[in-house]
Amino acid sequence: MTEPSPLAAATGPLTLYRKLVDSHTVAVLDAQNVLLFCDLHLMNEYTSPQAFTGLDEQARGVPMPGQNVAVVSHIIPTHPVAPKLRVIADPPSALQATNLKHNCDKHGIRLFDTTDAMQGIEHVVAPEHGMIRPGMVVICGDSHTTTYGALGALGFGIGTTEVEHVLATQTLVYRMAKTMRIRVDGKLPVGTTAKDLILKIIGKIGAQGARGYVVEYCGSAIQDLSVEARFTLCNMTVEAAARGALIAPDDVALDYVLRRASDIDDTQRTDAIAYWQTLHSDANAAFDMEFAFDAADIEPYVTWGTSPDQVLPVSGHIPFPEDQMDDADQRSVERALSYTHLSPGAALEGTAIQHVFIGSCTNGRIEDLRAVADVVRGRKVADGVRAMVVPGSGAVRDQAEAEGIAALLIDAGFEWRKPGCSMCLAMNDDVLSPGERCASTTNRNFEGRQGRAGRTHLMSPAMAAAAAVTGCITDVRQLNPLN
Amino acid sequence: MSAFTLIEGVGAPLPLPNLDTDQIMPKQFLRGIDKSGLDKGLLYDMRFDEHGAPRADFVLNQPAWRDTRVLVAGATFGCGSSREHAVWGLQQFGIRAVIAPSFGEIFYSNAMNNRLLLVMLPRDVIEALMNAVDADSHNAIAFDLQTMQVTTPIGTFPFELSARHRSMFLQGLDMIGLSLRQRADIERFARQYWQAYPWTKNVAQRTRERLGTT
Repeated sequence: MTEPSPLAAATGPLTLYRKLVDSHTVAVLDAQNVLLFCDLHLMNEYTSPQAFTGLDEQARGVPMPGQNVAVVSHIIPTHPVAPKLRVIADPPSALQATNLKHNCDKHGIRLFDTTDAMQGIEHVVAPEHGMIRPGMVVICGDSHTTTYGALGALGFGIGTTEVEHVLATQTLVYRMAKTMRIRVDGKLPVGTTAKDLILKIIGKIGAQGARGYVVEYCGSAIQDLSVEARFTLCNMTVEAAARGALIAPDDVALDYVLRRASDIDDTQRTDAIAYWQTLHSDANAAFDMEFAFDAADIEPYVTWGTSPDQVLPVSGHIPFPEDQMDDADQRSVERALSYTHLSPGAALEGTAIQHVFIGSCTNGRIEDLRAVADVVRGRKVADGVRAMVVPGSGAVRDQAEAEGIAALLIDAGFEWRKPGCSMCLAMNDDVLSPGERCASTTNRNFEGRQGRAGRTHLMSPAMAAAAAVTGCITDVRQLNPLN
Repeated sequence: MSAFTLIEGVGAPLPLPNLDTDQIMPKQFLRGIDKSGLDKGLLYDMRFDEHGAPRADFVLNQPAWRDTRVLVAGATFGCGSSREHAVWGLQQFGIRAVIAPSFGEIFYSNAMNNRLLLVMLPRDVIEALMNAVDADSHNAIAFDLQTMQVTTPIGTFPFELSARHRSMFLQGLDMIGLSLRQRADIERFARQYWQAYPWTKNVAQRTRERLGTT
């Protein structure tokens, strides 16, 4: 296959991806690379410090500070104290937060700081306040920046050297990606969600399945998803190694943006909508690879191993290493089962869990918490289970409290925490103990991700809630009879 | 000939697919504001047991592989988190190059930006090479950036880097400095872009100010 090139003629039917790259190309640098203008650069406290230091060392400034914003998200503790009292006790983590504020103040960059009532996970905070708009290029020193494709914005994660490059130039040297289209038609069955869909897709195409590609989702099942569900889908597409995920913005997406982006005034609104409506792949646009899924086949999915593609329907049984295609796969399954402490042939359903974590940039939004509440209503957290809910942001937390979700969950025995990334990657003090098994709404079941020797099972919020009330991996459809 | 024209050293096997950056550089080593001390965190849970004692059975802890400069790794090495700390840690540990069937996308860019050489070879070649270096800790792997060939115990193979990455690797270019030469172009682009799409100008600043202070 030929490598994608910005030099190839941009005539004829174009993909949405190509339209987004072309509209941000300051200059074509060579056959693979363009200098790409970046509308919005999000930063956090742990992947930006060395970038600011690099700027200082070269006496470089930030020419367009208004296109950059920072959020304290990863290291912040989530203990339930008032916003103004949120203190980071761990000295190096506290230094990361104060250092971020220092750097932002110095360069005129706006910040959602530790004690800000709207603080939260960067990928929850930015879209909920209307900062993400269709057609934008959004980058961040965080791999889950693919989230923004849900609104027709090209989002992708970058490293710290590139953070420095964006700060200094508001551009990136960008190597063009190949294009993949994943069509999902049909209706998601009751009890299944976008999380189950993306787990199924990753299981099918593999943790490397979209490596080198930007994935565009289309089909009736995608159109039926809420914007928050689309965030979940695009967010986790990076776990198939994708360089981006996109969904053409429709009326649902435009409504989401316009209700939040109140600074888009009447003089701009008509032009904005007219432009956003051009943001779709043209009929007959060519993709480098295509897949199709039927939403009706989706079941609740749960990971059993240490890679997001090691996943099964909840009704499934743990695979046998000897059934794998080759030696490498066999070793991989053996190692995963040794780590997750599961036996080949055993039923996934019924596996006892000690911890439940509900939150993250994948599933820490209000609809996720509503889904949890719907399962938990009238039930209690099972004995011996520690269940924690960490809302994705201060706004999500406030909303859940206003809707009575917080009271319901607290009454059922959940810990109701302050916002942050928390146990998704356990950079703060929310960490699994060795051997603990966790039903988690997060995005990565890597070895040690949630704590050394912690065992992570990725699943939807409803499935995590079902596990919380039964104490084991449970098919939420069985828990809630469809009457 | 610069130190980046010829990379050579002992190769060690890491026969795990999808070795993610969480494992390469665990979270507890990400709390600094500089790049120092990351050699201590490299592959920490593999190198050390739960009490912090070195695991004698892990390849990089074995005296015979003390001089490892090259890792021979499984597919999608460096997948997952964007943390560049993984690259810095590998380099601080003494690793100059990694050979694998494939790499995580962000990790690949991070490595190129730091002159950590990443070479992709077919999976069957990697399997054979993995076995060969595993069997002989006195092995030698040499990457020639002039001829774009890697010499290994099982043969010599061509490898590819894009022209841009190759020159970045050989010359250690200041990429930001190069882009800043186009500053006038960037500013001109931005003016035209914001004229067409004014709702994107200062989008971060305007949103934050609309929300007020809390």
